[in-house]
Amino acid sequence: MTTIPTEALAREEGAPSATDGAPPPGRVWRALLTDRGAALSAAYILLIVLMALFAPLIVKVSGWGPYEFDQTAIDPDLAGTPIGGWGGAGGEHWFGVEPGNGRDIFARIVYGARASMLIAISATVLTTLLGVVFGLLAGFFGGRVDWVISRVMDFLMAFPALIFMIAILSALPAGNRATLLVVVISLFGWPYLARVVRGQTMTLAQREFVEAARASGASRTAIVFREILPNLRSTIIVLTTLAVPGYIGTEAGLSFLGVGVVPPTPSWGQMIASSVNWYSVVPTYFAIPGVFLFLLVLSFTVLGDRLRAVLDREGAR
Amino acid sequence: MARFLVSRLAGVVLILLLVCLFTFGVFFVLSPDPAVQICGKNCTPELIERIRDNLGLDEPLLTQFLTFVSGLFAGRTYGVGESATHCAAPCLGYSFQSSQPVWEMITDRLPVSVTVAVGAAVLWLLVGVVGGLVGALKRGTWWDRSAMVVALAGISIPNYVFALLLQYVLVVELEWLPFPQAVPFSEDPTRWFQNYLMPWIVLAFAYASVYARLTRANVIDTLEENYVRTARAKGLPGRLVIRRHALRPALTPVVTIFGMDFAGLLGGALITETVFGLNGVGKMTADSIARNDQPVIMGVTLLAAAFVVVGNVVVDLVYTALDPRVRVRSA
Repeated sequence: MTTIPTEALAREEGAPSATDGAPPPGRVWRALLTDRGAALSAAYILLIVLMALFAPLIVKVSGWGPYEFDQTAIDPDLAGTPIGGWGGAGGEHWFGVEPGNGRDIFARIVYGARASMLIAISATVLTTLLGVVFGLLAGFFGGRVDWVISRVMDFLMAFPALIFMIAILSALPAGNRATLLVVVISLFGWPYLARVVRGQTMTLAQREFVEAARASGASRTAIVFREILPNLRSTIIVLTTLAVPGYIGTEAGLSFLGVGVVPPTPSWGQMIASSVNWYSVVPTYFAIPGVFLFLLVLSFTVLGDRLRAVLDREGAR
Repeated sequence: MARFLVSRLAGVVLILLLVCLFTFGVFFVLSPDPAVQICGKNCTPELIERIRDNLGLDEPLLTQFLTFVSGLFAGRTYGVGESATHCAAPCLGYSFQSSQPVWEMITDRLPVSVTVAVGAAVLWLLVGVVGGLVGALKRGTWWDRSAMVVALAGISIPNYVFALLLQYVLVVELEWLPFPQAVPFSEDPTRWFQNYLMPWIVLAFAYASVYARLTRANVIDTLEENYVRTARAKGLPGRLVIRRHALRPALTPVVTIFGMDFAGLLGGALITETVFGLNGVGKMTADSIARNDQPVIMGVTLLAAAFVVVGNVVVDLVYTALDPRVRVRSA
């Protein structure tokens, strides 16, 4: 399912190699902005972020809230099929309405962006933090610390993460699902970053500049944060960008399976799940959230790919 | 080699025990009282007491865990006296909903899931590796670019969206395929094939895309290696260079990943089977989640983990055989 690409991507292409210092950010930005794919992807991501941030305002303009039922937009004689073509899309409801209950799809997409972005971004922050800290610890200190951390990573990576997430989420009481999702996704997500960080830290720790710092009496904390961490910047940025689409997909997938965001709070995955019974009658119902989700995952993937290419090229200079 | 095997197997046993502990912990510590859930609607305090007694829920947690683990290997008996039921090894308990033994429920549905998995695996290996090779060998051409665009789409589209889209286009709009409906192979092979075709494509698409990208990147990397340049320099024809020197090192990582992905396929099957209404292990899991049928979810989780862990060992062995540079791989 959706977790597949996460794991696969992390395994697939790894990260830019550890080089001496990261290329200057200005040059990277310029290179990215002149790349059409990267610029378009960034624009789409920005659009979704803005949509999520200003959801209440946008919904005021479009006229219908995400929880309002519009009985006049559906036909009770046809089991609640939206009136009019394209799922009832038009001036009143921009993307049409949900069959059965007449909720405005546009409003639910806008609010659904909140769930997706909030969960994906929180999970990214948490996994990055965990991955970098544990990766650095394991790589720099080696020995017993490394052994313990590596075994925990092996353990977590040995599992079909999706089934485990489902198992945990279905066993836990409903409560605050968004937080639970973030915790569960991060729990299984951090080893993929930590493994790469560990490897690169081990290499960097042998380099002359680290030796020089050590010889000049720098503390271990200073070496880790001032000498090693800055050199890992490209790696962390690229792997993090490539991990985001996985988290978005996972959130949507878990919501699709009914263990994610709880209704009536909208989420794209959950919208697609409720459209399954209507796919042949009202195809726009699954197509709209499907397209939004697809483009978001695609944008992050393209951006990550291009970012890595740019950093690799600039790093090689 | 023998020492390597022994240490690997010890690792497998350890990890599986940890998985048991983990799933056990999740289900019996975090979740609400199982006895109340089994009891259902017409419940009396006496009934709950009896169920609790039967399942040994009054015992200390450690005892419960040990009984659970020994039940996996030696079977266990629920209750005492006349009402006692014996659950043969591997005992995963009984479904809260249907009271069927979980192990039987899984083995009954396994053939469907295996059919989905094997068909999809064949498809994605073929398409993925060939696509990646074409991309690498015809780098920069129209072929390469379109293959990579398709692969990018395959990575980005959630499989349930793709499933609905495919079903809408092929079944509703174009009417090329009939509505999916389970038919045994012996009865109507054509119908059987049509029934499995969409699940295969859906499950294979994402994997094929990843494999195509991986194969392409690997082949391109290998073609830049010194020994390939040497082979070229001594006048070996291009095709032979690729076949003899470039393919093997480029495809070895694909084998590694394939083993892991195939073992972990249950996760993908979950959604695919649910969307297409195939009565396999994946759909059973999804249904059990909806009904909070914990013994079933737990059984599937354990089985899935066992697949992955064993799959990893097999991968290591195959890898060692394929790549002489890695005779014994450290963690």
